[in-house]
Amino acid sequence: MAPRKNAREAAASAAASTVPAAAAPVAAPTQTKPKPTAGAATWDKVLQNIYAYYMAETPQRTKLLDVFLAFLAVVGALQFVYCVLAGNYPFNAFLSGFCGTVGQFVLTISLRIQTTTANKSEFPKVSPERAFADYIVCSLILHFFCVNFIN
Amino acid sequence: MAGDSKPLVSDTTARNSRTLLRVVILCFIAAAAIASRLFSVIRFESIIHEFDPWFNFRATKYLVANGFYKFWDWFDDRTWHPLGRVTGGTLYPGLMVTSGVIYHVLKALAVPIDIRNICVLLAPAFSGLTAFAAYLLTNEMTTSPSAGLLAAAFMGIAPGYISRSVAGSYDNEAIAIFLLVFTFYLWIKALKLGSMLWGALCALFYGYMVASWGGYAFITCILPLHALVLICMGRYSNRLYVSYTTWYALGTLASMQIPFVGFLPVKTSEHMPALGIFGFVQLIGFIQYVRSALSGKQLQTFLVTILVATFGLGLAGLVGLTSLGYIAPWSGRFYSLWDTGYAKIHIPIIASVSEHQPTAWPAFFFDLNILVWLFPVGVYLLFQELKDEHVFVIVYALFGSYFAGVMVRLMLTLTPIVCVAAAIAASQLLDNFLTRKPAGAEAVSSDKKSSKGGLRSTQSPKFGVYSLLSKIIVVGSVTVYLLMFVSHCTWVTSNAYSSPSVVLASRMPDGSQHIIDDYREAYQWLRQNTKEDAKIMAWWDYGYQIGGMADRPTLVDNNTWNNTHIATVGKAMASSEEVSYPIMRQHEVDYVLVVFGGLLGYSGDDINKFLWMVRIAEGIWPDEVKERDFFTPRGEYRVDEGATDTMKNSLMYKMSYYNYHSLFPPGQATDRVRGVRLPDKGPVLNTLEEAYTSENWIIRIYKVKDLDNVGRDHAAAAAFDRGQKKKAIKKKGARTLRVD
Repeated sequence: MAPRKNAREAAASAAASTVPAAAAPVAAPTQTKPKPTAGAATWDKVLQNIYAYYMAETPQRTKLLDVFLAFLAVVGALQFVYCVLAGNYPFNAFLSGFCGTVGQFVLTISLRIQTTTANKSEFPKVSPERAFADYIVCSLILHFFCVNFIN
Repeated sequence: MAGDSKPLVSDTTARNSRTLLRVVILCFIAAAAIASRLFSVIRFESIIHEFDPWFNFRATKYLVANGFYKFWDWFDDRTWHPLGRVTGGTLYPGLMVTSGVIYHVLKALAVPIDIRNICVLLAPAFSGLTAFAAYLLTNEMTTSPSAGLLAAAFMGIAPGYISRSVAGSYDNEAIAIFLLVFTFYLWIKALKLGSMLWGALCALFYGYMVASWGGYAFITCILPLHALVLICMGRYSNRLYVSYTTWYALGTLASMQIPFVGFLPVKTSEHMPALGIFGFVQLIGFIQYVRSALSGKQLQTFLVTILVATFGLGLAGLVGLTSLGYIAPWSGRFYSLWDTGYAKIHIPIIASVSEHQPTAWPAFFFDLNILVWLFPVGVYLLFQELKDEHVFVIVYALFGSYFAGVMVRLMLTLTPIVCVAAAIAASQLLDNFLTRKPAGAEAVSSDKKSSKGGLRSTQSPKFGVYSLLSKIIVVGSVTVYLLMFVSHCTWVTSNAYSSPSVVLASRMPDGSQHIIDDYREAYQWLRQNTKEDAKIMAWWDYGYQIGGMADRPTLVDNNTWNNTHIATVGKAMASSEEVSYPIMRQHEVDYVLVVFGGLLGYSGDDINKFLWMVRIAEGIWPDEVKERDFFTPRGEYRVDEGATDTMKNSLMYKMSYYNYHSLFPPGQATDRVRGVRLPDKGPVLNTLEEAYTSENWIIRIYKVKDLDNVGRDHAAAAAFDRGQKKKAIKKKGARTLRVD
């Protein structure tokens, strides 16, 4: 669902903030996953497993989408950092740029969800082609709004 | 409804005829919705009614005359006199643009229609569309074939909606309710299908709604609430992710295109629920993904911890940002919905509007009749089969009823959901009692042959309703109630909601109608007999009407964006002449207009609103204007002999009762609104002169005198004109009035 890069960051930061509280219950669970591993379960293991699962289960086309997602995340983060460092003077420009990346990110994830075969049952009426057409239409609307808002 | 037609005709024919019936019924409903809103046009004439629509009408005329781009950057220098108003950036342009587009389309089709008629008839036209939107929304909720049609019929004629959409009420709500219902329909559709396209459509109509009405905040809060409730119920799905995020990403950008909204979606508290749920949905989506990667119960509990922790962190961050001032707290109007005593204490201008009062029970029954007791039944029935979209109705019903209970005007947002829920309840009843065979009949008859032995009553247990009598009784009574609903709606619309406030109608003893048209008479006088740029000072209620009908600049109007300016007018009205004359000079006031209903018994006049003027002025100048001074020592608000000196010397009192006693024989001057006898000697005006008084004395216009030629103060000059001795004045001491 989320890109690999993001996934790691989010998990890592969440872990960093909650490890003291949740360390005890975690100890056991990480053993119950696809790959049997022995002994002390650490966060590295969890991440490794996610990584392995991702590499094994994700089709090539979806990986391509994920690269695009990672790119969008980087662009969004850069914009945000720049906004923090340099101030938000043309606020509409910042907003349209940032909202553009966030919106595109979200739309791409939606496309990813709808094209994933595992989710087929949830979207009986949406074929991959239909999903892609929807994606194009939504992106066009998004870009129109962004261009209009950036002045 | 149509379940029994199968054996009679073939399936396709039945379906076709059903579709035809449906179209015909919807057309009839639309026609009824339009027709029931035309009472005022037929009885009186095709004019704009209340106060706010006059501004919308004026803006529309500007749009049609000058084109879209000029309208977008319209700086209006004829309102809020010294300040002006950046109209393009302080209005919701959806209504004007809609009627402008209709105007141009009709013109292109060679049907040139006056823009006034388009404005007058816009609300009835859109009410037909609202009925259709309610039909679509209800059909998403239930499979019953009759529910949608019933909902459309209810929506078409329910007085709760008619009250804001009769012909001539050219207000934002006229199109906003259609957009509200239609946006909700698109949201439900997007959620059910999990389709990006429907989410984008929902966002587009949400953008249109934002462009039309300030009530869009209701949508921004209900949709995330629905999503949150779904998540909390464990009904998170990828469809929710797709529809919600598409709606939010596109809808937020769309709403920011409106200049009046601008950066509000990222800066104010009203919009934070939507943002918070957006982040929350991302998190849940990610966790769902990880859960498919790693299995294990403990992991799940751990992930729940992350979830709760992040949610808490987000909430804390929001609170922190709000308290640090990065995010604006609730605005006063919105906040007063939660703390119902807030407006009355802190912002009298909000509390002074009669629509912002709590709703009484009779108002619910008056506006919704049978719907009000079918509504809870419908909600209960939705609880029975709880699907995602039913949760939406329940959430909406809960919040809609709360808000409608707090504020009279929010009855409007409650009405759609009441219609939907009531239609579901009524159709359930009709479906059960209107079928020829009960639902379980075939199953029972097939069982009959297979099982033998035992008691006969156990062999063929009777499910459903067989007795024709009970069916007839139930269906008949439902029909009677529905007919009563129709007649109630028509009666309410005809009697309560179809009177233009510009024209007052009364009955003569012989039953014929007598029209009191003082407003337009006076505004027309202003339009024809004053300079093009004569500034009119009146209380803010009449600002839009003066701008629209008299076409003269005003000091304050119904768009109450500058409280201090309104308080200035209130102070000028509530102070003595010596104080208010300099204020009027400073603001270049040429004429002062007051509404006085004492002769006719018209209760909505300025003396009855006077205390609000005093309160609003007191909020700014507590030392100079004191509400207490306008009450007698026993705490009475009196205008007769026993009125306090402050009251008698106030400009409002003097203007209202100037020369009034001369209408009556000595000692008989009465005020028919307050029901009191007035003193024989009327007030004396020194700084103003009466310029115009309408036929029934409802509107009185005074001209502000220029400075005295010889430099005397006005009191002295007026006394000299009256022939009083100069000495008597000197004794009073020197009052300087000179202002340059």
